[in-house]
Amino acid sequence: MAEIKAFSWKVGGPAGFGIMSTGLIFARIFSRKGYNVVDDKEYPSLIQGGHNVYSVRVSTEKIFSLLASVNILIALDEMTIDLHMNEVKKNGFIVYDSGIFIGRDFNYKKPDVNFLPVPFDRLIEKTGAPKIVKNNVALGVSVALLNYDFNMLKEVITENFKDKGQKIIDFNVSAAKAGFDFIMKEFTGIPKIHIKKNYSKKKLLLTGNDGIFLGALNAGCKFYAAYPMTPSSSILHSFAAAERDFNIVTKHAESEIAVINMAVGASFAGVRSMVATSGGGFALMNEGLAGAAMTETPIVIILCQRPAPATGLPTWTEQGDMLYAVHASHGEFPRVVMAPGDPEESFYMVQIAFNLAEKYQIPVIVMLDKFLSENNFTCTGLTRYKIKINRGKLIFAEEDIDNNEDYLRYKITDDGISPRAITGLRNGVHIANTDEHDEYGFSEESAENRKKMMDKRFIKLNAINKEIISPDLYGPKNADTTIISWGSCKMPILEAMKYLNTDKRIFNFIHFKYLVPFPVKAFKKFMKNVTRSAVIENNKTSQLSRLIMENTGIKINKQLLKYNGRQFLPEEIIKGLEKI
Amino acid sequence: MISEANNRKRNYNLKPADFNTKKRPTWCVGCGNYGIWNSIKKAFVELKLSPHEILIVFGIGCSGNGNNFIKTYAYHALHGMALPVATGAHLANHLLKVIAMTGDGDGVGIGGNHFIHTCRRNLDITHIMHDNRIYGLTTGQTSPTSNTKFKTKSTPFGVMEQPINPVALALICGATFVARGYSGEPEHLKNIFIKALAHKGFSFIDVLQPCVTFNKIDTYDYYKKLIYKLEDSSEYNSGDFSKALQKSQEMERIPLGIFYQIKKRTYHDGLEQIKDKPLVYQDLSSINIESLMKSFY
Repeated sequence: MAEIKAFSWKVGGPAGFGIMSTGLIFARIFSRKGYNVVDDKEYPSLIQGGHNVYSVRVSTEKIFSLLASVNILIALDEMTIDLHMNEVKKNGFIVYDSGIFIGRDFNYKKPDVNFLPVPFDRLIEKTGAPKIVKNNVALGVSVALLNYDFNMLKEVITENFKDKGQKIIDFNVSAAKAGFDFIMKEFTGIPKIHIKKNYSKKKLLLTGNDGIFLGALNAGCKFYAAYPMTPSSSILHSFAAAERDFNIVTKHAESEIAVINMAVGASFAGVRSMVATSGGGFALMNEGLAGAAMTETPIVIILCQRPAPATGLPTWTEQGDMLYAVHASHGEFPRVVMAPGDPEESFYMVQIAFNLAEKYQIPVIVMLDKFLSENNFTCTGLTRYKIKINRGKLIFAEEDIDNNEDYLRYKITDDGISPRAITGLRNGVHIANTDEHDEYGFSEESAENRKKMMDKRFIKLNAINKEIISPDLYGPKNADTTIISWGSCKMPILEAMKYLNTDKRIFNFIHFKYLVPFPVKAFKKFMKNVTRSAVIENNKTSQLSRLIMENTGIKINKQLLKYNGRQFLPEEIIKGLEKI
Repeated sequence: MISEANNRKRNYNLKPADFNTKKRPTWCVGCGNYGIWNSIKKAFVELKLSPHEILIVFGIGCSGNGNNFIKTYAYHALHGMALPVATGAHLANHLLKVIAMTGDGDGVGIGGNHFIHTCRRNLDITHIMHDNRIYGLTTGQTSPTSNTKFKTKSTPFGVMEQPINPVALALICGATFVARGYSGEPEHLKNIFIKALAHKGFSFIDVLQPCVTFNKIDTYDYYKKLIYKLEDSSEYNSGDFSKALQKSQEMERIPLGIFYQIKKRTYHDGLEQIKDKPLVYQDLSSINIESLMKSFY
């Protein structure tokens, strides 16, 4: 059989079976060899029971998203066959645990698909390993079907379980080997998949949350507070594990209300601090957001969206909180809202977020969603020198304060930014006040002062506006249809664009990374050349269309929206755009 | 250059008036806040603390307005949020003497959840709760510490609930220093403040204070009849938790003083990463994530 450049793999089974770690090991054995990998995890908000699915797509070329169909489906339960059988491509494989059909008829039929019964339990029994390592049989089977390198699998399994001792490693490796050998011996006659050899360097395999974590560390984040909430929790776990090695204090606080106020307190004292949450937690943080804004205390807030309102669909994806973040909290104050489109952008943009927060002494909100927060994407490398730490007008030393004048924490300046003394400086004593205040920080309610201070805070926008980067343009400069989107939709759109441009139609794509301040000039300039356009986003009411209208008066008439808790597939975008 | 050493220089010649700002207090004549204000300034002087070594995080209310009248580092927080802000600031710079100065609404009403959790953490901070059993700044509504049947603007037919007992609550939540003071006994209060600020761990002081404008029940005369000092009895041992809890339940008369004090590991002593240096003085230029990045291959 001819070599192929790309394939898709999916494993499904009951929650609690270790599907998630199996999928990650499978993704890693390819990213290690330099393949491009994307994955996707679907799981309900349960610990045991329910149905978990992990999908991986592997290619020798740059890929951005999964596709609708798969080459190999591993079914650890019957439900996986029921739900996903139709996704399997011609000549593909459905590997199923033959043990679950003992005493019953196997009556699934699909032409051109190979059903491979594998006796998982019996294979494990032979190795003497406990049943819990069953998933590794699936990994061994998959590697055999792909004619891939078993030693690579062995290496990743060994690393994955290195903290659990040699015995556990041996159990897992022997189970994988049993699966591998079974395919090699029992299914000699079937045509296997030959994945093209890849000779590029190993790649990083990162989620958006990993990008945020690594970026925040690199930016010098010293205080991280959070309350667990899917899909932001992995950032908390990463910070907690790293706190001693990187001299950080990580605090799992009593509520998101405490979280934001602790982080503001730490920032007031003089350290870079960050919080992460999802929509519900962000709602609890809203008053604190205004508190940070009024006291001009820098803060970085990571908002990992999930379908809402209320508890919503905790483990699924949506971009439903954009306009909320744009307008969140009471009163008027300057802020920055940004939305990276992939893990690499998450890494760099969170570092920019810290710089903007400290330079302008404002809150900065970075928006992700479950799709970006939890799914892995390969990237060739991250540069830790690209974004330099800039702490703005932060004063660390007493000699940097003029002793001939009173220190004014809220001094009126041309750019609206006042020098901010860290705590503990003899001549830097000041009040940070959530009441409206004068230049000293004393509570002050006069009409004249109120106007002066509002103007002082808002004049910062002149400089902030200059820092906002134009939206990214993908594809040709001139096209007959322009796709407009933001955040994580970038990934399936870029994948779809590989197939969209034909002799008949030319597409390009404007991707917004900055939402507030809105890049008005750049966008209007883009739109001058646009004949037909469509907004694609993962929500019900097309919030990006409304944001564009609010800022530019431009009405985008065509929308392709998805709001069932799942990210777009490239096929859906291609089909949807046919009608536009 | 970060001058950490400056932080530790002591100024021995300060007077209470050196902790005044250029703003004069706006509290009502006879307000209990004056007594607390004077006592805390005197405590700072006796402990030889300078304004830059102290951070007071204020809540919202008449007590919160005190941020304008005491010269130290100050953060005037949102209502009920003084303790979380104080927690964050302390963890970022544990060389600062951090005090949360709140009202009773701040402390055990809207901030009740934060109070519970701050008590159990044993952070090395001090919480001074101005307890006038009424919401004063909002012109007289019931507070979590108001007595049952108390008639206020929000409870014209009398309060239905039991009052919260802040001393007992602090005890069962794990505070390692729990005291009650009274603004009408400023010298006694000052001595409690001194001990609280010197305590290594979380210290809580419930400070009873009359609100002369909106609370006509819990007045100077009322307290004068009921208060007595724990230390007047030679038998009282502040190291005995069950005694302290029992004492906190006393209703017929009102004991003042230190109910309970024990030594326990503080929160920041458990954080190896800030043993050498507070977070705020750590160098950001030496951060190297290279090896960590490798774990993502």
